[in-house]
Amino acid sequence: MFIDLKNKEIQVKIVYYGPGRGGKTTNLEYLNEKFRHRIKTEMVSLKTQGDRTLFFDFLPVGLGEIKGYDVRIQLYTVPGQVKYNATRKLVLKGVDGVVFVADAMQEQRQKNVESLNNLHENLQNYHLNIFDIPLVLQYNKMDLRASGVPVLPVGVLQKDLNSRLRVPAFEASAVTGTNVVQTLKRIISLTMSSVQEKLI
Amino acid sequence: MNYGIVSEHQLEEIERAIQEELIANGVACAMLIDTAGNTIAKCDNGKSSYDTYAFAALAAGNFAAMDSMASLVGEQEFSLLYHKGENESIHFSKVDDELILVSIFGKGVSLGFLRLRAAELIDRIKKVCNLK
Repeated sequence: MFIDLKNKEIQVKIVYYGPGRGGKTTNLEYLNEKFRHRIKTEMVSLKTQGDRTLFFDFLPVGLGEIKGYDVRIQLYTVPGQVKYNATRKLVLKGVDGVVFVADAMQEQRQKNVESLNNLHENLQNYHLNIFDIPLVLQYNKMDLRASGVPVLPVGVLQKDLNSRLRVPAFEASAVTGTNVVQTLKRIISLTMSSVQEKLI
Repeated sequence: MNYGIVSEHQLEEIERAIQEELIANGVACAMLIDTAGNTIAKCDNGKSSYDTYAFAALAAGNFAAMDSMASLVGEQEFSLLYHKGENESIHFSKVDDELILVSIFGKGVSLGFLRLRAAELIDRIKKVCNLK
């Protein structure tokens, strides 16, 4: 978070975290499309040739004014693949809020848990606690159920990922946009209250 | 400086220093960013129109990646980080562990001169922000 008292501007950093191929970039792409009129700049994507996120995606969203301050939310994603942990750590620097995008496909069950544990460890690097930081879970790819792909029931995802955290969770589909905006709204509201608390 | 918040006075001083040390000496655009990718101060010559938010995010990422590479080869840091283009070049200088100064300049400014001005500017920023 950075607060500019002269130009009355607050910059807040929200990171989309989760296993590889889980839909983090797709979340940002949907938001970029949906809020085109509010986003003055192009989305930045650092991708490999195979179209996977190599370093991060970056999307700044103007939120309008809160108490006279212009709030700019900076959305980042991390590369999900296990081998890119060094870059994931770098992107988490200065994070104010996290959206954990879990892949609801049955075969990804273990990867979700591993990625959440990895988030926990990487936050500790910056002396942040996963139980304290504003966090929202998103169970992505729910639309696949309709096409017959085995998808984990929400109860199982909740038990695997949210039994101790007890944070807001959304069933979503980044491809169709279902609950993508709701996820963002919730993490913004959690992050802004946490920012306000820090200021008081 | 209470990091994360900069007072109006500090920001005015920083912007004045950037203006005097860099912009007045031919640098097209200069930004003070933090290592999380936030833009703290930016000044330009009025002719450039860079997307400074995206620039800050990429510059912070680039700097962090270079820092990690330095430690991989057993160096504390790479003190000079400079990208040369045909018309525009970019120079990065570390102010302290949290702050980075990024300068974008054209062919009319020599790298040696820029480094000298940047060093001067960093001293001034440190004084304003009470950094060591």
